[in-house]
Amino acid sequence: MSSFSVTEPSTRSKWFAGSLVILYALITMVPLAWIMLTGFKSPADAISYPPKVIFDPTLEGYVNLFTTRTRQTDEFLAANPPETWYEEIVRQYDMVIAGPSKFSERFLNSVIIGFGSTFLSVFLGTLAAYAFSRFKIPLADDLLFFILSTRMMPPIAVAIPIFLMYRQLGLSDTHLGMILLYTAVNISLAVWLLKSFIDGIPTEYEEAALIDGYTRFQAFYKVVLPQAATGIASTAIFCLIFAWNEYAFAVLLTSGTAQTAPPFIPTIIGVGGLDWPAVAAGATIFLLPVMIFTVALRKHLLRGITFGAVRK
Amino acid sequence: MAQIIIKNVRKEFGDFTAVKESSFTIEDGEFFMLLGPSGCGKTTTLRMIAGLELPTSGEIYLDGEEISQKPPSQRDIAFVFQMFALYPHMNVYKNLSYPLVSQGMARRDVKAKVEDVANILGIQNILKKPVGGLSGGDRQRVALGRAIVRDPKAFMMDEPLGALDAEFREHMAEELRALHDRMGATTVYVTHDQLEAMQMGDKIVVMNNAVVEQFGTPQEIYDKPATMFVADFIGSPSMNFLPFHGSVAEGAQTVDLQGQSIAVPRQMQGASGKLVFGVRPEHVTLSDTGAYRGEVLATEYLGTTQIITLDTPNGALKARAPAGQVATVGEKIGLGFKGEAVTLFDENSGRALRSELNEGIVTHG
Repeated sequence: MSSFSVTEPSTRSKWFAGSLVILYALITMVPLAWIMLTGFKSPADAISYPPKVIFDPTLEGYVNLFTTRTRQTDEFLAANPPETWYEEIVRQYDMVIAGPSKFSERFLNSVIIGFGSTFLSVFLGTLAAYAFSRFKIPLADDLLFFILSTRMMPPIAVAIPIFLMYRQLGLSDTHLGMILLYTAVNISLAVWLLKSFIDGIPTEYEEAALIDGYTRFQAFYKVVLPQAATGIASTAIFCLIFAWNEYAFAVLLTSGTAQTAPPFIPTIIGVGGLDWPAVAAGATIFLLPVMIFTVALRKHLLRGITFGAVRK
Repeated sequence: MAQIIIKNVRKEFGDFTAVKESSFTIEDGEFFMLLGPSGCGKTTTLRMIAGLELPTSGEIYLDGEEISQKPPSQRDIAFVFQMFALYPHMNVYKNLSYPLVSQGMARRDVKAKVEDVANILGIQNILKKPVGGLSGGDRQRVALGRAIVRDPKAFMMDEPLGALDAEFREHMAEELRALHDRMGATTVYVTHDQLEAMQMGDKIVVMNNAVVEQFGTPQEIYDKPATMFVADFIGSPSMNFLPFHGSVAEGAQTVDLQGQSIAVPRQMQGASGKLVFGVRPEHVTLSDTGAYRGEVLATEYLGTTQIITLDTPNGALKARAPAGQVATVGEKIGLGFKGEAVTLFDENSGRALRSELNEGIVTHG
């Protein structure tokens, strides 16, 4: 295209913009790539200097992540030859596998708490947003401001009162406690995001459903909800990312049964020396669910971010 | 099919009164127009009949049953929205079947009914399409189809042609009227377009500022306006108003305009003070002999007729004259008025004075 166009960027500026985006993507992806590669290195390779880009991949990190190991005497080792491939990996260091580590348990906690609080935030947020959007609520603006004001300081600023309160209520180190906490933090975001989405859905759709013989609630879930799917999906991603990555409260309020993966991963470091490959393996596995969830919903997410910018 | 009676209906939104005590009757099978400028309360009235708003006070009878506080689902009234409001996540077939599904109708019957309606509207070939890609006319037809599919007692239409372009609107208006004549269903239709109202309606209610100004057939509304607002709103160009100071006695058949005695319908009501002489442009004739004279300011050629704007001693006036009539700007021409078509108004109240012409139409005063 040689002709001059006002709206269409020139080929050169497209190339320039494209290169910038690629450069930025590379920069942000280096740490991720580093973590993923380190997960497949041996402990020696992981700390070698200069860093090794080409190395013999090993699953040592992953084996160490999922197991606890003990050192054994030569007699014991000679009497019990390794039976599995992961047993063999451990034998290099004269160790045997004593049992599974707590990682899978902690990871499951993360899943329960992350998805549980996301579901609850989005569920309550959708109902509240619909009410704020459609009904005449006395002091609606003040209530919305109040809901937003819960986000005006970092949540961790109220960590001590919450810690004391949770101890009194017996919510410390419970799944329910963590789900409630993350929901409380996320719900203001959910209400505000979803309200703007629902505001954008013309009321005529519901009115048409009312006329067609449906009740208000049927109109809500049969007509409004499908329309709000995009908003609900993008809100869910934001809520999940927060709940999944949250570290400070998790450290403070969980230690055993309800501990999530973020506070657990660093504790790997303390087991048997600085086991960087195991830490990296844990971080890699930890990243996967949010990545999959985000990629699966990325269409919605993009529309969600630009929502309101362009009116159809 | 049903008669709808609106009785003293009033609607307030907080401090704002959208509709003030309105009463009128929509007969069974009528194509009824709610006409007025935007913000006059016509859409609110329509929504109250449908149940999308509940009146603050007053009664609405559908087929003799009082329904004013019932939810829309219990009224058996269909509604066609201005922007059509087709369910965007469903295809045409699902949109059409949705009102039937809510009634728990059997699948087979739904299918038969939807196909029936699709045939009437000529949309059989788009049933499987999503509504997003449809043209304006097809959307309109689907919206109509969704309304007629369950044979409701009455149809409410909120400016259904407003979203179409001018050319297509004409065509759709005809189609709509033909559909109505075929089904004979009571239809209430909101519009701000007086031409559309005149063209399609059996009866018209003209509303302004939350008040019903007049209620009658298009002919009555046009020929015998009850208020200056109606006279001004209906007709293009609208009725001429020549304000004058004077008095008319009961039984009078002339008024005095600038010393000229001008014929009017026999008055049933005396009045004095600030009065207005109202005459439609087509009832003004240009004649050299006329004693009441005006100066030609402009002419607009319209093909078969022309609109001549004149300056008279009582203000500007438009006359509709045959296109062949010669009128030069600046020329002074004598004017004649078709006496039996004149309406006199009281300027302060804006209401028509009762006369032989509007007897039985204008009851106030």
